[in-house]
Amino acid sequence: MSAPTLDIRDLTLSFKGYTGTTQVLHGISLQIQRGERVALVGESGSGKSVTARIVLGLLQELKQARIRGEVVFEGKELNGLSNRDRHALRGTKMSMVFQDPTSSLNPVYTIADQFHEVLKRTRPDIRSDQSRDLAETMLQDVSITESKRVLDSYAFQLSGGMNQRVMIAMALANEPSMLIADEPGTALDVTVQAQTLKLMHNLVEKHGTSVLFISHNLGVVREFADQVYVIYKGKIVEKGRTEQLFAAPGHPYTRALMAAVPRITGGGVAEIEETSESFFEPMVVHGAEAAE
Amino acid sequence: MSALLSIQNLSKTFYLDSHEVKAVQDVSFDVAQGECLAIVGESGSGKSTIANLVLGIYPSTGGEMRYGGEALPDRRDLSHRRAIQLVQQNPLSSLNPKRKVGASIRLALDVHQIGPSGQRNARVGDLLEEVGLPREFADRSPAALSGGQRQRVAIARALACESELVVLDEPTSALDVLVQARVLRLLLQLKERRNLTYIFITHDLAVVRNIADQVAVFEKGRLVELSETETLFASPKAPYTRNLISAVPVVDQHEIQLRDKLAGEGHA
Repeated sequence: MSAPTLDIRDLTLSFKGYTGTTQVLHGISLQIQRGERVALVGESGSGKSVTARIVLGLLQELKQARIRGEVVFEGKELNGLSNRDRHALRGTKMSMVFQDPTSSLNPVYTIADQFHEVLKRTRPDIRSDQSRDLAETMLQDVSITESKRVLDSYAFQLSGGMNQRVMIAMALANEPSMLIADEPGTALDVTVQAQTLKLMHNLVEKHGTSVLFISHNLGVVREFADQVYVIYKGKIVEKGRTEQLFAAPGHPYTRALMAAVPRITGGGVAEIEETSESFFEPMVVHGAEAAE
Repeated sequence: MSALLSIQNLSKTFYLDSHEVKAVQDVSFDVAQGECLAIVGESGSGKSTIANLVLGIYPSTGGEMRYGGEALPDRRDLSHRRAIQLVQQNPLSSLNPKRKVGASIRLALDVHQIGPSGQRNARVGDLLEEVGLPREFADRSPAALSGGQRQRVAIARALACESELVVLDEPTSALDVLVQARVLRLLLQLKERRNLTYIFITHDLAVVRNIADQVAVFEKGRLVELSETETLFASPKAPYTRNLISAVPVVDQHEIQLRDKLAGEGHA
């Protein structure tokens, strides 16, 4: 098997504060193969978003953050790189789609200008008319039919769903090998969210992009991911292929997460414990380890 | 069951510089005492406009609303405002960040002169306990609470007024699924215990399925379907409702079957 796009090994993170250090990640390991969609699922505060920020190389710049372990992206160990080298990877080899599209786009530049800015990362000499042509095709890829109007608009003139699609098109503009999606669509309507996920799914499949998908909702994850890692309080508690994990969730915490998703078939609202001893049970791994 | 809130031919048109927006068009429905009516639809369907009209935040441009048999006027007095309470989507913006949460709840008691002033602080503690928070949380500011805890405070503040009707505008859509489940359970318990009536606004049909007695589906300002929850999910009539149901991300086989069944009927 070829080398994975992303290989996280025994990653720990702690923050130094006034009152001492707080351990946030307790040794996380996670692999994403080329073209694979991997979901990291957990509740608020579980450590899923900080993991994404370490992969992006953003937390390494923070003085209070203590990071140990390896994050190997396409053969490069990120923690050992300089801030400058990590910056060179962001927006080119790896990119990100954030939860709230409207606030992650710049309000004072048109969409066309922002596309130009993004494309300049890999093609420094690109002229604005060239970038405009490229952007038009990219917007068509995310099913935006009136691409001319959208390019001349500001983010606040577009709907949330439209902005999210613009974000996805921008994130894929430089054909990154990995896309990090942090709760995309949580701020959107269910119908728009469903369309957005489908669209993103098709696009990354077409381009062979690897995806790290971060979410708290197992329902969304089932629709999108090939592989699922469940994280609780900075530890991976269960991992496996999506079908296997959903067919037989093994860890008590995964079962609690599963129970918490309201069902369209009814059955009432499940009673979920705040915390439980059983949530700290050892990791459940689905499938043959030999495959790795 | 008598209708606590009765809405007849309600309309709201916003007049902008160049055009008009018909946000709510000729809508009629009743909400019975002790019932939870869900209002569902996409952004722009008019569901929040309905909430604002019920709360009297702005006047309607047509139709009539009756509460407990009496007409609700455009200009509400204090008793009307006390009778109908609101819980919003984002407690971080609905709670004053500079006020301790106890003071926020107490303000509701002071404004409406509920109970002797000497006992109001104790009452604040009781309310916090009722929503599952420790009494000591009265001295915390909203920033020192988690999202779920803040939403509980917002609920406690709505309960403080001892109103019968609570409008819940996307109360759990900013929360993660585990916290959402806990807050929904709390809302169901409170409804039972206090015989509350809810208008529950959301775009999430899976939540609706588990909390509402009746569902009103809105599309572009019009009421396209109104029925009992069981009936709506067993055989949704409007194609729009079908779409909304099939957009819900599902986790188990029963749900996949139901979704496929609805999709099949849609094409038939």
